[in-house]
Amino acid sequence: MLKITDLVKRYGKGDPVLKNLDLTIEGESVVSIIGSSGAGKSTLLRCINRLVEPTSGSIVLNGTELTTLQGRELRAARRKIGMVFQSFNLVDRLTVMENVQSGRLGYISTWAAVMRRYPKKDIRRAFELMERVGIAHYADKRADELSGGERQRVGVVRALMQDPEILLADEPTASLDPKTSEQIMGLLRDLAGELKLPVLINIHNVNEAKIYTDRIVGMRYGRIIFDDKPDSLDQEAMDQIYSGSPHADRSTDMKEAS
Amino acid sequence: MSDAPDTWRKPPFIANRWLRWAVYLGVITYIVWVGASMPINWERVADGLGRAKRIFGGAFPPSFERSGLLIDGFLESLKIALLATAGGVALSIPIAFMAARNIAPLPIYYLGRAIIIIARSFHPVIVAIIFVKAVGFGPFAGVLTLIVYSIGFVAKMLAERIEEIDFGQVEAMRAAGAPYLSTLVYAIFPQIMPRQIGLSIYQLDSNLRASAVVGIVGAGGIGATLANAFGRYDYDFALAITIVIVGAILISEGVSGMIRKRIG
Amino acid sequence: MSTIAEKFGREDWSRFTFKQRMQRYAAFALSALLLAWALGSIDVIWVWVWDAPEQMGDLLGRMYPPDPSNLGAILRVLLETVNIATFATALGVVVSLPVAYLAAQNTTPNRATLWLGRLILVTSRSVNTIIWALLFVAIFGPGVVAGILAIMFRSIGFIGKLLGEAIEEIDKRPVEALEATGASRFKVIVYAIIPQVMPTFWAVAILRWDINLRESTVLGLVGAGGIGIILQGAIDTFNWPEAAMVLLAILALVVLGEVVSAFLRRRIL
Ligand SMILES: Nc1ncnc2c1ncn2[C@@H]1O[C@H](COP(=O)(O)OP(=O)(O)OP(=O)(O)O)[C@@H](O)[C@H]1O
Ligand SMILES: [Mg+2]
Repeated sequence: MLKITDLVKRYGKGDPVLKNLDLTIEGESVVSIIGSSGAGKSTLLRCINRLVEPTSGSIVLNGTELTTLQGRELRAARRKIGMVFQSFNLVDRLTVMENVQSGRLGYISTWAAVMRRYPKKDIRRAFELMERVGIAHYADKRADELSGGERQRVGVVRALMQDPEILLADEPTASLDPKTSEQIMGLLRDLAGELKLPVLINIHNVNEAKIYTDRIVGMRYGRIIFDDKPDSLDQEAMDQIYSGSPHADRSTDMKEAS
Repeated sequence: MSDAPDTWRKPPFIANRWLRWAVYLGVITYIVWVGASMPINWERVADGLGRAKRIFGGAFPPSFERSGLLIDGFLESLKIALLATAGGVALSIPIAFMAARNIAPLPIYYLGRAIIIIARSFHPVIVAIIFVKAVGFGPFAGVLTLIVYSIGFVAKMLAERIEEIDFGQVEAMRAAGAPYLSTLVYAIFPQIMPRQIGLSIYQLDSNLRASAVVGIVGAGGIGATLANAFGRYDYDFALAITIVIVGAILISEGVSGMIRKRIG
Repeated sequence: MSTIAEKFGREDWSRFTFKQRMQRYAAFALSALLLAWALGSIDVIWVWVWDAPEQMGDLLGRMYPPDPSNLGAILRVLLETVNIATFATALGVVVSLPVAYLAAQNTTPNRATLWLGRLILVTSRSVNTIIWALLFVAIFGPGVVAGILAIMFRSIGFIGKLLGEAIEEIDKRPVEALEATGASRFKVIVYAIIPQVMPTFWAVAILRWDINLRESTVLGLVGAGGIGIILQGAIDTFNWPEAAMVLLAILALVVLGEVVSAFLRRRIL
């Protein structure tokens, strides 16, 4: 279970990008986060695995408070949080297998990592997952020889290799064509079911959000203003989520505050 | 549990196994052979630590006492660099045209290329020794050396630039019945000038660096002062000279980078 | 379609503003002044200058024909020269790796290490190989050890600087992705940084090897081993035909080095 309470994030001295945000994700649901550009979707996701330092508030994943972890403990917690990126973020010059195994780096010894002597069970797991998403025959190819859809599959497998307790996906399909994009979304949904894994997806395509996820969270400039089943997302809710500008929102805050 | 393979090897860089092992073996043999065949006097080397201590002990603190000598040497290096840059850049222009495939007739092209290759292949210190023997000790040999050095670089880069120029302009001039020389001046010079200025400034910087070393074999400048200090075991003066050289190089590098950025 | 500017290299007749024109004149005048100062005060005997072409011709005349009688010894020492360059490049490459790591802003552990890295690079780069050689000959005595160390010390700065810049320019996104998996710093370096700088690494190593081949030909002139010793000997004894032979050998070596490094570049990159 992921429980976020009263989360605030401000970059430097500016206005907060996340404003006292609360969010709970239970069980193995697939949750999508929608909201206009700059709403703070990426910031929220990156606060969870601490690629961005939260300013205040608490994030608890299965009983572990994430916001205060340091060093070795932080790395141990990060192993349990898989992340999939919009631009895949693979290491282009390494093979698909090395990219996939880099999801295990938090677990294996330095020697094994440097020498590429991966444990047998990790290799078997990698082939199983690659088979599952249809890229097993690319194991020896360099990552930059793959198409976008294939590369994102590598990204997904890398995250799953971590044996995660939750999967975060920041616009995983924004760089893909519509058909590939639907394949990846379907894959995420199916894998979540198979592996009993909660998944949190930032997404701009509301249609896909409705089709492939169980719950939609609508963000508007640092706050959650919608949180319900996809069916309940009507035109009015949409208008609310996608209207306004950060500036206008922030100035209303000022008035409220004063 | 499943039939997925549980072994994987990174594909090796050299696919052919025999070739791969041959390369490994070759490298190891080479290292062993060189290690064994190098004429190294290990006793002499082992003494080095004590001598290093003496040298560094003698070098600190650096002595700027004879700063007159230091300044003279440095100014001479500067003059050598300036004159060599002017001469080298001027000479580079005709040589670059000779070595540009799209302008020069074949025999001339080969001559131009040969000049550039020879100028580039010999380290300035070797060129300096020969000039010192031919025209005597002193800065004149240094200037000649660095002219050769400049030609090697500037003419090469310039020839490459000339080979890239837009020939539409040349043809337009020829069509208008312009004679050869005015074609050069009006159609080609404007295209190569910006590059040429950038190269000149870069070369001035390089020449200043090189002028510090050609003096070691007698071609004038601060290098000669340094070699003398070393020869007389004046390590504190040598350190002072080195500091000045390093400082001058850093300043010159900074200034030349700044100017080139503003022009470019 | 080319514009007027492209066609004629200038936009119109008042291409430069008044201030720009003044700046150009000032730069021009300054250059002329500097040259006049250098010409006027440089310590040369002008009679020798007018004499120089004749002297050069005379010298070249004495070099011809080159004397190949000592070719065996020359080639043997030439091989030693190649070995010095190759060994020193390899050693320099190995040492420059940690230095590059320290001198790159995005990998260095802290401010102090950053400045340490930069200090090493600047010292190494601004002291010429020959000056390094002078120092090492004074310490370790004449011979190849001084030569190898001199070339190595100069190479560290060159390779380290270019490699450090390559590290600063890598794509940060894979680095971030691997940090997000909980990998340690060292593993992130091995998996996300090293693969990205590998091409630059090889290119720089090959380039420096090519340069070092040239540099190693002069080490002998200050007693640090290699072909320079034979050249110096021939010149000191006025054995110009042999000196010419050595020069030809050096020319062949350097041209061959360029061919080999071009080949390696194509193969590896
Ligand atoms: N590293 C940063 N430094 C300063 N400001 C940042 C930084 N990252 C994001 N921001 C600001 O935080 C706000 C929210 O950005 P965020 O990337 O979370 O939005 P988003 O909802 O993911 O948008 P998009 O849909 O375009 O990805 C924006 O105003 C952005 O300018
Ligand atoms: Mg985003």
